[in-house]
Amino acid sequence: MAAPSTTSAGLPPALADATRDETSLRRFLHGLPGVDQVGVEQRAAGLATRSIKKASKLWAIDTAISMVDLTTLEGADTAGKVRSLCAKARRPDPERPEVPKVAAVCVYPDMVAIAVKETAGTGVGVASVATAFPSGRSSMRVKLADTEQAVADGATEIDMVIDRGAFLSGHYGRVFDEIATIKQACGGAHLKVILETGELVTYDNVRRASWLAMLAGGDFIKTSTGKVSPAATLPVTHVMLQAVRDWHDTTGDRIGVKPAGGIRNTKDAIRYLVAVHEVAGPEWLDNTLFRFGASSLLNDLLMQRRTQLEGHYSGPDYVTVD
Amino acid sequence: MSERLSVAKTYKLYIGGAFPRSESGRSYPVRDSKGGFLANAAQGSRKDVREAVVAARKAFGGWSGATAYNRGQVLYRVAELLEGRREQFIAETAASEGLAAKRAQTVVDAAIDRWVWYAGWSDKIATVLGASNPVAGPYFSFSLPEPTGVVGVLAPQASSLLGLVSVLAPVIATGNTAVVVTSQDRPLPAITLSEVLATSDVPGGVVNLVTGATAELAPWLASHADVNALDLAGAPESMRTELEVAAAGTVKRVLRAKGTEPDWTAPPDISRLRAFLETKTVWHPMGV
Amino acid sequence: MWEYAPAPESRAIANLKPSYRMFVDGEFVDGGGEPLKTINPATEEVLAEVATADKNDVDRAVKAARRAYDRVWGKMPGAERAKYLYRIARMIAERSRELAVLESLDNGKPIKESRDVDVPTASAHFFYHAGWADKLGYAGLGPNPRPLGVAGQVIPWNFPLLMAAWKIAPALACGNTVVLKPAETTPLTALVLADIIAQAELPPGVVNILPGAGDVGAELTNHAGVDKVAFTGSTDVGKLIQRSLAGSGKKLTLELGGKAANVVFDDAPLDQAVEGIVNGIFFNQGHVCCAGSRLLVAESVADELLAKLHARISTLRIGDPLDKNTDVGAINSKEQLTRITELVASGEQEGAEKWVSPCPLPDKGFFFAPTVFAGVSQAMRIAREEIFGPVLSVLTFRTPDEAVAKANNTPYGLSAGIWTDKGSRILWMANKLRAGVVWANTFNRFDPTAPFGGYQESGFGREGGRAGLEAYLDV
Repeated sequence: MAAPSTTSAGLPPALADATRDETSLRRFLHGLPGVDQVGVEQRAAGLATRSIKKASKLWAIDTAISMVDLTTLEGADTAGKVRSLCAKARRPDPERPEVPKVAAVCVYPDMVAIAVKETAGTGVGVASVATAFPSGRSSMRVKLADTEQAVADGATEIDMVIDRGAFLSGHYGRVFDEIATIKQACGGAHLKVILETGELVTYDNVRRASWLAMLAGGDFIKTSTGKVSPAATLPVTHVMLQAVRDWHDTTGDRIGVKPAGGIRNTKDAIRYLVAVHEVAGPEWLDNTLFRFGASSLLNDLLMQRRTQLEGHYSGPDYVTVD
Repeated sequence: MSERLSVAKTYKLYIGGAFPRSESGRSYPVRDSKGGFLANAAQGSRKDVREAVVAARKAFGGWSGATAYNRGQVLYRVAELLEGRREQFIAETAASEGLAAKRAQTVVDAAIDRWVWYAGWSDKIATVLGASNPVAGPYFSFSLPEPTGVVGVLAPQASSLLGLVSVLAPVIATGNTAVVVTSQDRPLPAITLSEVLATSDVPGGVVNLVTGATAELAPWLASHADVNALDLAGAPESMRTELEVAAAGTVKRVLRAKGTEPDWTAPPDISRLRAFLETKTVWHPMGV
Repeated sequence: MWEYAPAPESRAIANLKPSYRMFVDGEFVDGGGEPLKTINPATEEVLAEVATADKNDVDRAVKAARRAYDRVWGKMPGAERAKYLYRIARMIAERSRELAVLESLDNGKPIKESRDVDVPTASAHFFYHAGWADKLGYAGLGPNPRPLGVAGQVIPWNFPLLMAAWKIAPALACGNTVVLKPAETTPLTALVLADIIAQAELPPGVVNILPGAGDVGAELTNHAGVDKVAFTGSTDVGKLIQRSLAGSGKKLTLELGGKAANVVFDDAPLDQAVEGIVNGIFFNQGHVCCAGSRLLVAESVADELLAKLHARISTLRIGDPLDKNTDVGAINSKEQLTRITELVASGEQEGAEKWVSPCPLPDKGFFFAPTVFAGVSQAMRIAREEIFGPVLSVLTFRTPDEAVAKANNTPYGLSAGIWTDKGSRILWMANKLRAGVVWANTFNRFDPTAPFGGYQESGFGREGGRAGLEAYLDV
């Protein structure tokens, strides 16, 4: 493991100690309290029974819209596809200009330049996936080049993937170093660290990976690439929200959380916001600290928004395809 | 005023929650006890049996993983729907078996009550057969009954509803899934039963019913490497030994048939529940 | 700040009537006692007037139960008895929303709990026991166990419908008939259950419901025509009943109070332990005999745990029981509120450090803010006496042996909790704890298949599972 980077400079001594070498890191991560699967799933299910209606529902819908990272990550992506995505990001509901813009668009590195052009001056961010997304199976040289390309083209956010193989075989130091290196290459862009929770499988692993990512300097921890099932789930996000809460209690800093993949409708989105509210805290109910990685979610949010305002159920003809 | 012509039912197989025809395209006439034509039934093939086993295996994880309470509720629901179709089953069983009306009623009522009996076993069998083992050491040891997997069932030849229910319900109450070769000459109540199963929350694949020639289909079921157990209730006496020999190739649990078909109206014991259960024993130290 | 808008469940579905009558011999009849008024503890409004039984009514009901036993129920084949119980289970599920709303109105518990716990578990209890009715020979109690006859049953106000189910289902499954007295502050759901029982066409006299106060309970438990008494309630009344039944030959089971220890070790899954502690003492406003009312935490993690606990408790929403977002509802009665207040005052007086949740409380109704006392010792009243409210006493320990000693240092013995990631420690502790129910890495889990009941002054006899059948059979 490389010498601690500047990211550990601001850490309280106990945490800085943990990043001294791989052995210390391992001891620290394995010393975190375990997560009981049944218990956390029950708590997540219990929170999901909250009934959010009327003004609080409308607020939640608008907030959720402002938290969407509108995403296209397909092999078949083209300039045309990215353009129409950006048009939607700028103006989600053409008939209702008061609808908030989404937080960002999320694309592959070679689409960043187009996205930056199409979102210029709108305040909508451009997030790029990087580091041999989605598998992360390539050399550090390639992963760094990936990132540098996106940053050079103007990406304001980088969504990297961790090396799950390294994590699962216990090489926490390697995972740490990769994150720290990519963070440096980000420059002014903020770094989201994708844990790929579906491959980590256990909640204990998710907790450890969350702490690892935060120790290494991530600005956001993100559940999934969306290319592996299961992607985001309420209990997994719950564990990550608890981790950022604990991190704040220890360091005073706030790290963001982004569930991605599998969040299809407004009901789901509101359940996530309730979890954010009650597990991390109301401060996280802001798109600087919480995002939804989604594509079809936006249209459901727009339809539900119309339903709340118009008083009748809406339909897919009243929202635009990307 | 002319008499109204009824809409005759087509009897198909029940596999994976759907009603396909036999892949062989064959059918055979089913007759009542006087030789009158009742309907054509699908004549199942070894490939149908193969597909049924695939479906049963696919369904096993979910069904054995459901809570015992859930399985009990599903089985009770089957009884509710059977009750609703009581008249239909009385007519069909009477025709199939040549029973007088009163006898047919007794048989159908017994079949419904038998489903209820087995529904109530699903969340009790673990208590009755399981145990904590007072081992001579600082260990907590417990033994639990677990379903064995996919059970191949040769349904009774004569008792086409009550006999079928008596062999099928105990298999699935405990979390196993079933591939049933129905009575060869009296298959119709079985297919009507599968309509009830399909509409009563029984997940597709938990029960699969194949109609056809027992002698043709049984050996394929008995030798199938992905079938964990075999119920020989409806096996022709002349075939029982060879089927058990075939089953031995993968060390299946075999429930042998006794002589001739028993009186299925007699109250059952729990031997048919025990027959398809494994016992798992777990140890764990006790210490600070 | 994100304020959740009020999300009230509709009251109308409870089908509240201005008056309710007793259920005797298959019919709803007037009572000879002074009618009681049952109130909504969240608003203090009167919900309904309810007929109560006098001495003659108790006598009539017991005789009706005896007739039903002798002529119909005691002789009926188990398979037929089973089908009545299955019907009742299914009908409870069908009318679940009506029952849940009515329960929250009458008892004060949050609709989320009555909807998700009380009513479904009551239905499950009937469904489970229905299946035993024709399988008693397999229960390990002999080849052909017979019922006892007429059961007199008295239940408390904390889980009105669920306690009725816990009593009636096994009694009927085993072939007994029943006269049951619901608690005087919560009679309504028992009477709707009576309606369900009538709809299920249960033969008249098999179940009889007599609302009333302690005097009716005493009359019932002492009646010569009752063969078996089952009581759930306070230890004090339990002792009274045991004394009065001494020498009578009546079989008795008691489910009384508790002062459970919830033990958290240094390697506990901490966040889930916090959930378990919160659930243990604030579920049902702490009106639970098996509540985890003493937190025993390893001294090395006490500060960290308490900080997380305070933060978590501060997110609990106390308010209108009918609001779907309410976590903690109303205290059931003014009497109970007074008792809780008095014990909390004693805690402060005896030197424990009090922390109270900053949550807002409604300005009317009987409400008490979740309270945590730290620095509690075994000698304090708040460590020894059952508070039966949302008040947690926190003690520390250093070693597993010390945890066991403190946990067992009480005349009660109903339940206990263990939080640790180490399997062998769970099993070692479970073996050493003198409690009838031990929850490891979870709390307040109830299932009809799992026997429930206490050691020592928490009572004797079990409810649920194979063990629970024994109480209602002549074995």
